Amino acid sequence: MKVLQSWLAEYLDLPAAGLLETGVSEQIAEHLTSLGLAVEEMIGVGHTVDGVITAKVLRTESHVDAAKVHRVFVDAGDGVERHVWCGAFNMSVGDVVPLATLGTEMPDGRRIERRGILGIDSEGMLCSASELGLGTDHSGIMLLDPSTPLGVPYGEALGVRPDVIFDLDLTRNRPDCWGYVGVARDLAARLGVEFRPPRTARALPASDPARAGVSVEIRDPERCGRFLAIVISGITVGPSAPWMAQRLTAAGMRPINNVVDVSNYVMLELNQPNHAYDLHHLGGSGFIIRTATEGERLTTLDGVERSVTPADLLICDAMNTPVGIAGIMGGLDSEISDSTTSIALEMAWFQAGPILASATRLGLRSEASARFERGVDPWGIDLAVNRFIDLLAETCPGLEVQSAVSDIHTPILPAAQREVLVRIDRVNGLLGTALDIDMVRSLLVPIGFACQIETAPSDSTGGVLSAKVPSWRPDCEGEVDLIEEVARHHGYHRIAKAVPLSPVHGHLSVAQTRRRHLRQVLLGLGISEAMPNPFLGPETAAAAGVTLPMMRITNPLVSDESVLRTSLRPGLLRAIAFNESHRRDGAHLYEIGHVYPAGTSELPDETEMLCVVLAGSQAPAAVALWREVSAALGIGARLDHDNPPSGMHRTRSASLVAGKSRIGAIGEIDPAVTEASNISERVAVLELDLSAVLETAPTPAKWAPVSRAPSSDLDLAFVLAEEVPAQRIDRAIRQGAGSMVVSVTLFDVFRGGSLETGTRSLAYRVRLQAPDRTLTEADISKRRAAIIAAVAKAGGVLRS
Amino acid sequence: MINDINSAQIAAIESLAAASTLDEVNRLAADLTSKKSPISQLKAGLGAITDAEERKQIGQAINAAVEQISTAIETKRQELGDAARQAKVAAERLDLTEFLTEPTRGHAHVVTQAWERLEDVFIGMGYQVAEGPEVETDWHNFEALNMGEGHPARGEFDTLFVEAVDEQYRTGDPGRLLLRTHTSPVQIRTMLTKEPPIYVVAPGRVFRRDTPDATHMPVFHQIEGLVIDEGITMAHLAGTIEAFTKAFFGEGFTSRLRPSYFPFTEPSAEFDIQLPSGDWLELGGCGMVHPNVLRAGGIDPERWSGFAFGFGIDRMAVMRHGIADLREMYTNDLRFIEQF
Repeated sequence: MKVLQSWLAEYLDLPAAGLLETGVSEQIAEHLTSLGLAVEEMIGVGHTVDGVITAKVLRTESHVDAAKVHRVFVDAGDGVERHVWCGAFNMSVGDVVPLATLGTEMPDGRRIERRGILGIDSEGMLCSASELGLGTDHSGIMLLDPSTPLGVPYGEALGVRPDVIFDLDLTRNRPDCWGYVGVARDLAARLGVEFRPPRTARALPASDPARAGVSVEIRDPERCGRFLAIVISGITVGPSAPWMAQRLTAAGMRPINNVVDVSNYVMLELNQPNHAYDLHHLGGSGFIIRTATEGERLTTLDGVERSVTPADLLICDAMNTPVGIAGIMGGLDSEISDSTTSIALEMAWFQAGPILASATRLGLRSEASARFERGVDPWGIDLAVNRFIDLLAETCPGLEVQSAVSDIHTPILPAAQREVLVRIDRVNGLLGTALDIDMVRSLLVPIGFACQIETAPSDSTGGVLSAKVPSWRPDCEGEVDLIEEVARHHGYHRIAKAVPLSPVHGHLSVAQTRRRHLRQVLLGLGISEAMPNPFLGPETAAAAGVTLPMMRITNPLVSDESVLRTSLRPGLLRAIAFNESHRRDGAHLYEIGHVYPAGTSELPDETEMLCVVLAGSQAPAAVALWREVSAALGIGARLDHDNPPSGMHRTRSASLVAGKSRIGAIGEIDPAVTEASNISERVAVLELDLSAVLETAPTPAKWAPVSRAPSSDLDLAFVLAEEVPAQRIDRAIRQGAGSMVVSVTLFDVFRGGSLETGTRSLAYRVRLQAPDRTLTEADISKRRAAIIAAVAKAGGVLRS
Repeated sequence: MINDINSAQIAAIESLAAASTLDEVNRLAADLTSKKSPISQLKAGLGAITDAEERKQIGQAINAAVEQISTAIETKRQELGDAARQAKVAAERLDLTEFLTEPTRGHAHVVTQAWERLEDVFIGMGYQVAEGPEVETDWHNFEALNMGEGHPARGEFDTLFVEAVDEQYRTGDPGRLLLRTHTSPVQIRTMLTKEPPIYVVAPGRVFRRDTPDATHMPVFHQIEGLVIDEGITMAHLAGTIEAFTKAFFGEGFTSRLRPSYFPFTEPSAEFDIQLPSGDWLELGGCGMVHPNVLRAGGIDPERWSGFAFGFGIDRMAVMRHGIADLREMYTNDLRFIEQF
């Protein structure tokens, strides 16, 4: 909402506010902002150029040696004939024009000097409208009204005064401030000065549809709560009074004619959108308000033909022909024209939600819909109608008002006033203030909440006020809404600042602590954190070999971001490809983020995952990484080669299995996937389901006494088929070695030589130790035999 | 005999002095202490001396010579050892400014860095960290937050709605699942699972149907604060915002509240921070938790009151590092990531 300062000032006694003389606009802006009517921007308007005065053209004279300019002689009110050279020829003798006198600094930076052509001096310059910042017309010299006094600043002659527009960023709970009066009411209360809303001497004619000269039928009483129609005749359509045209122009609204201008003026002033129809174009002299039927078409005032649906409410004439979309825009056919002499004026109240829905659906936001969708005062219509008539009467002396109106109400029309009880203890309890009942009342009354003492204050309570919520504040439903009003007018800046002492022990949860630990481990291993987009294209997900059931966005911005990821891999692969294409091979990246596979409960099976990708590395790098992570976080899992995860290298990947559940995947990206992702490097990958591994920290390790007895090492090599995982041999060795085992270390892997193809030899060093004694030869050979037997069962033969 | 002892000692010490390697010294030492060495021979001849006094004197002289020789051996060994170590050290010179590799530490994302710094400030103020799902129900994201169906404020959130691609997974009413538009549903989830007093912050990822530009991303991050306790007032809200401002931005910063509107708080406020330069910066929204929201969370608004606040995490990173374009943070370009 753009608010013109001079217009706003009309509704309050600003001089009594005691504002500092300089920076009045800034002070007003500060007050408005601190009231919650945030001033986004202050725009200076109506600044005139000093030194430009009105002058009358006395005669013009051409010069034989100058074809493009001519000599103009003017009188600037002092009776002295001045001569100027001028390149425009649109003026005639007797015209009043703006004259920039010598020394004037023009807005474009030029300074008007005594400069001559052909040896003849010019004593100033005649100006076009655009040169004076009054619009875009630069086709000729600006011609003023011939009756304009001479020698006065052109701004004064035109009624242009410096003014300020406050561009307010209004919140949704202040529909009333879409009118000047609403803003003025709050400002007057804040400044403690008299609020002067427009008044009218006229009483609204009685509602008597039988005599009204215009009929009204509301066929959708759920969406239209009130519809008032009145016939005004004796109208002469013409320009508005200059003050109104200037005011509307300054406020950013183009003057059209006296009827349309008054309609707009009343809307801006009182926040009451309204519409004037040419009575003669209104079939059957009446209105029907009804739901549109599918496929109906209507051309709106902006000249666009629109198709409407039952989501839209139509204003129709009595012949049921649509003449406008309710609350949004009138139809073109019943527009006021120069020949209009009688109008049917509509003032109505519509349910806000459906107007919003309808305007959104139509993609048509108008000044009217912006107001109706927020909430217009259902009981402000009476004043608005009278205001309309009063203002129109200024330009239409022969104006006559039909003696009755059609004013139909439906049950959805909100009550004129609602009563809300405000407990003073509650006010102070919520705000941390120490206001008494009189202070609270003195804050509410000036903004229209009439208050009565419901319960007088006593020693134990601050009392209760009964406040009447005015009809222009549909947002104020309960006590807490009124407490906010008290807070606003008391001033948020006057509320103390106190830090509550938290009785809660502030800390991270186990999972949060472990998540941070995990990050530190990964960072320490040289892996940086990426944050890819969690939205994918369906093809991207498929190309990455991701197979879980997916969720899709039903209203995506772009189609290649239309499904939710079920794996972090595609996003990280894209990041690798991006970095490769920018000459950064070997990207080591991780992401900790959510995946959203569809599930069978209300919400998808949303899970937090870790994914690490090591570009330029092969599967063993992922295993080394896993061993670091596993050791650091105390996560145990075995590698299951039998079920390589989809999208990963079939012979170089494994699932990570803890107990019976799969907690991750490890290995290398399927070469087909890297190729499809435009990645030239191999990519090692580790995926972990963090929901499975972060929640519980490992129990603190129990101390085991360090054995003082000497240890013995056994070196054993086994030959086994490639398909037998070393993990199984490791387990067999430990099983065979029993409780004496200290460590089992794989120290050599050998293929070829005398070994059969498809087999390899794994050499282990097994360290044995007893807690309390030196092992004997017999102990060691017994263990050796047990190990060899266990490994044999697991598929490994001792290499001789 | 004394002369023999002296000359044997002198000869031994001279031979040691001439030695130039440790091996030579070791060889000499072996010779000089062997039974065949001149001094050992002299010692062997002691028994032939009959005069006890003389034998004693000669004996002492021999012992002194042996002592001198073994000291000379040790000194020489030490000397040559030192020289060898020094030569080794001299030969081992390394230029420590020859860097063959760059540091390999990984870099946490700027958003994560801001996120953790924010968490730490609030943990210090006695808050715990709450989390919630990013795909939410309409009820948690809107309805429980005092934005029932058709509430006009819903329109301002530019919500992204989701459903399972495969019909067999579509369980609830259609149109009920969405990507949370703010972290506020975590307020509701916290209230429903925890008894007051509640002091939590909820950082998290949020989603809006916004075309990416320099200042907007469809996926971004917010942190939300929620306090519910007995006797919590708006003064506590203002004090908390002020304490946070000073703790996070620095002592030279201050804050103010300005009336605003959110459906889930009443009174509602925007909070601005004032930079040491005097400029004000709009940071986030806050207010006293609306009684309807408390009720939706199963909390009696007559007994408990509370405040909530929220603001963008991405913006904190942008401010700290002077990042001109939000989109830069999400390209996953290592040349960007490694700057921080």
